[in-house]
Amino acid sequence: MSDNSLSFCKPSITRFLPLLLLPVWFLLYHNLKWLSDKLVNDILGLTAGNHLTESLRFFIFEVPKVIMLLTLIIFFVGIIRTYFSPERTRKALEGKSLFTGNVMAASLGIVTPFCSCSAIPLFLGFIESGIPLGVTFSFLIAAPMINEVAIVLLFGLFGWKTAVIFVVTGLFIAITAGWVIGRLHLEKWVEPWVYELKGGSHLEDEKLTFETRIKMGFEAVKEIVGKVWIYVMLGIAVGAGVHGYVPEDFMASFMGKSAWYSVPLSVLIGIPLYSNAAGIIPIVSALIEKGAALGTALAFMMSVIGLSLPEMIILRKVLKMPLIFTFIGVVGTGIILVGFLFNYIF
Amino acid sequence: MEIKILGTGCANCKNLEKATREAVAELKLDASVVKEEDIVKIMGYGVMRTPAIVVDEKVLMYGRVPSVKEIKEMLSK
Repeated sequence: MSDNSLSFCKPSITRFLPLLLLPVWFLLYHNLKWLSDKLVNDILGLTAGNHLTESLRFFIFEVPKVIMLLTLIIFFVGIIRTYFSPERTRKALEGKSLFTGNVMAASLGIVTPFCSCSAIPLFLGFIESGIPLGVTFSFLIAAPMINEVAIVLLFGLFGWKTAVIFVVTGLFIAITAGWVIGRLHLEKWVEPWVYELKGGSHLEDEKLTFETRIKMGFEAVKEIVGKVWIYVMLGIAVGAGVHGYVPEDFMASFMGKSAWYSVPLSVLIGIPLYSNAAGIIPIVSALIEKGAALGTALAFMMSVIGLSLPEMIILRKVLKMPLIFTFIGVVGTGIILVGFLFNYIF
Repeated sequence: MEIKILGTGCANCKNLEKATREAVAELKLDASVVKEEDIVKIMGYGVMRTPAIVVDEKVLMYGRVPSVKEIKEMLSK
């Protein structure tokens, strides 16, 4: 691009802005506990120990913590994603055997930029270049479920172990469910026009300067944090209420380990519930504190995030109903098994 | 010149259409801006990530929403 000469002339601020902001971020993040305690105890002058104070303290600490973590991670993920594209992912998946293809598709699903409004062009693009249906599904399951917002919230509210468990089990479900769908040979349930489609010549990736990539990182923060902050606040507000007011072990009777049926029930309830990770994870975190079992809670989260009704409606354009039900059935079974497994282990 | 905005109607597609119209107006270009929402036609351009800008049947940019300034630079080349 000829206009890039412009950014070479003047030393661009874009390149150095992150370096300036990073120390500020760390300073603020490490003093957040102190700051929020100061606000609750000294400025608001609330008595420690009562329900309202503890709920408020939880809220005042957790909201900025989660939003700060989101900002940092989304910025870096935003930059990393500029190096990946559906076009490149498609090229990497072409001609791969079924199992290898499933593993790669699910893994690439995590890093490839994806939004549910692009699900159709992506599906068509994959099928059109001969990528098997099962491999395409591994991608379509992993991409929305294992996203950076979910990972950050799990890390912030549960710790790194739960975040890793979520990613690993999510990958496992995406790989196996895609593989199963591939083995079932369900091409007959894809709308016939899909296979008649002639795609245009494959486009080359845009050549981006590092400045543009950093700008895209900032844009990703603006777009995603701008969209989810309200859900983070609502989710943590409900979580804070549960934290302060609901009695210990309140959830144990219906979401605890002893209630085996709670796992499939959580998955069923999760399908039509369309909330994003930002809203649901803080609430689930509070439920676990009150005696809900980890496996049940994990299954519920995965079902809410991974099996969303709006996405099914979008996919209906290219898939016939039996395939959509098979998709829900296979992924749902995977989630239920994971839920049982975790209730059994922990 | 004929400018097409490819997109199935998501928020980003609308943002891109708006930004492109602004860029065209600011550059005082003699261009028509139309929206292409038919997925089959969109796929015909080889685009897998919406939204995209097509100028005289050639894909100029896809998969993101650039600023008005950036679109102006792209269009004036």
